[in-house]
Amino acid sequence: MGFLNLFAKPAPTLLRLPSGSFTVDREGCVLIGTLPSSFPASLVKDIAHQVRAAFGEAAAAQLPLAELVINYPSLRIAARELRGGAIVYISPKAPTSPMRQS
Amino acid sequence: MDKRPKILLADDDPDLLDMYREILAQLPSRPEIHTAPSGARVIAMLEAEPFQLLICDLKMPKMDGLQVLAIVRRKYPELRTVALTAEVDEQYRSRSYALGVDLFWHKPATERETKMFLECIESLLGRENEGGFRGMQSKSLMDIIQLECISQSSSVLRITNGPLTGKIWIQDGELIDAEAADLRGETAFQKILSWKAGGFEMLPAEPSRPRTIFKSYNALLLESAQALDESRGGVTAEGAPQSAPSPLAQLSQLEGVEFVLAMKSGQGGYQVARGLENPERVAAWARQNLERFRSLGDRLGAGPLEQIEGFGPQRHVALACQNETEFCVGWQHSLAPDQVREMMKRLLALWAS
Repeated sequence: MGFLNLFAKPAPTLLRLPSGSFTVDREGCVLIGTLPSSFPASLVKDIAHQVRAAFGEAAAAQLPLAELVINYPSLRIAARELRGGAIVYISPKAPTSPMRQS
Repeated sequence: MDKRPKILLADDDPDLLDMYREILAQLPSRPEIHTAPSGARVIAMLEAEPFQLLICDLKMPKMDGLQVLAIVRRKYPELRTVALTAEVDEQYRSRSYALGVDLFWHKPATERETKMFLECIESLLGRENEGGFRGMQSKSLMDIIQLECISQSSSVLRITNGPLTGKIWIQDGELIDAEAADLRGETAFQKILSWKAGGFEMLPAEPSRPRTIFKSYNALLLESAQALDESRGGVTAEGAPQSAPSPLAQLSQLEGVEFVLAMKSGQGGYQVARGLENPERVAAWARQNLERFRSLGDRLGAGPLEQIEGFGPQRHVALACQNETEFCVGWQHSLAPDQVREMMKRLLALWAS
């Protein structure tokens, strides 16, 4: 029976929004983090890349920033600039209202 | 002409698709049911033809249901959406509602649950046929208040307009109270009626609410209509033309604002209200970041981007979208992060009103 499992389709998983933090260096390498291992590394890299790009482009537009906070209804991402790298905090939050606007 | 509603059903399990197709075929509205085995297929099918309702499983490979729903809610805001899952986790429920889905439903396991599920789906399709927002989109706020009062109803009407929220209390067909931000009574009522767009929600009556409005609803509606006419005509009560500052100039006069940059969503131009030496570069940065973090939100299934705040040694900046206008607002660096958030909320509310 175990042999047959080799051919079984892997079950899809639903992404849970994690809580934790990680640091990324100026080269874009994720150095250390407290995010659960179930959270895909590709998404961690994606967040790191977007945050670093936002800081870099802000400086280029003469709007130097030390901290960025990105708010979604169910997630808050806070990033602090660290000499070209960043420390990023991720925290899920409960939405305030499910109402739809017309 | 064929008026059968069209439902798009998305699940990666072909057996479940077949089963739900059979179940949904029993609906009284006899919907036309199409199926999609993946998120990518859902997007492709929605691009190809219009549907009235999307029922989407959350657990799907590659692009999960939350990611699909995030894209669909943004691209097709009129489409009714139902999130379906076997996962028992409150996070998924709140995230689905945060995305703006109409219904979050655990996969029905019993005959009773299936019956309730079908009733809800039929009700959603019915609302679609009426073409209204929760059954009310085609009515103005004045119409709704009038209807409630004429029918001697008791209810609380909750009105939202972007970040603004107001409530109107109706008891036995009489307007008894209103509330909007710091305002109460008649002033709040007039303020709410001046909002140009928004959403409505009926809440249960609160008979114990103290009465602050004593005028008849007819008199109040008439006064509001007159006030609206005067403000539209740009003429004062004495008949002299008004010379009010532009809405953007009003925003830039808020305390702590260094600059306001307003951009129409999806267009290249921008308007500057005050004090920015390099508007093109800042506008490009703002657009790029709004788009960047919107896409990231889609990939994470975190819901639509609400606001970006940046804190710097020279100035703070906040990016947000309100009524199809994207804002990049510079704030004095002496403001604390909480103050920036609070003032940005006020600025967006001012724009919305």
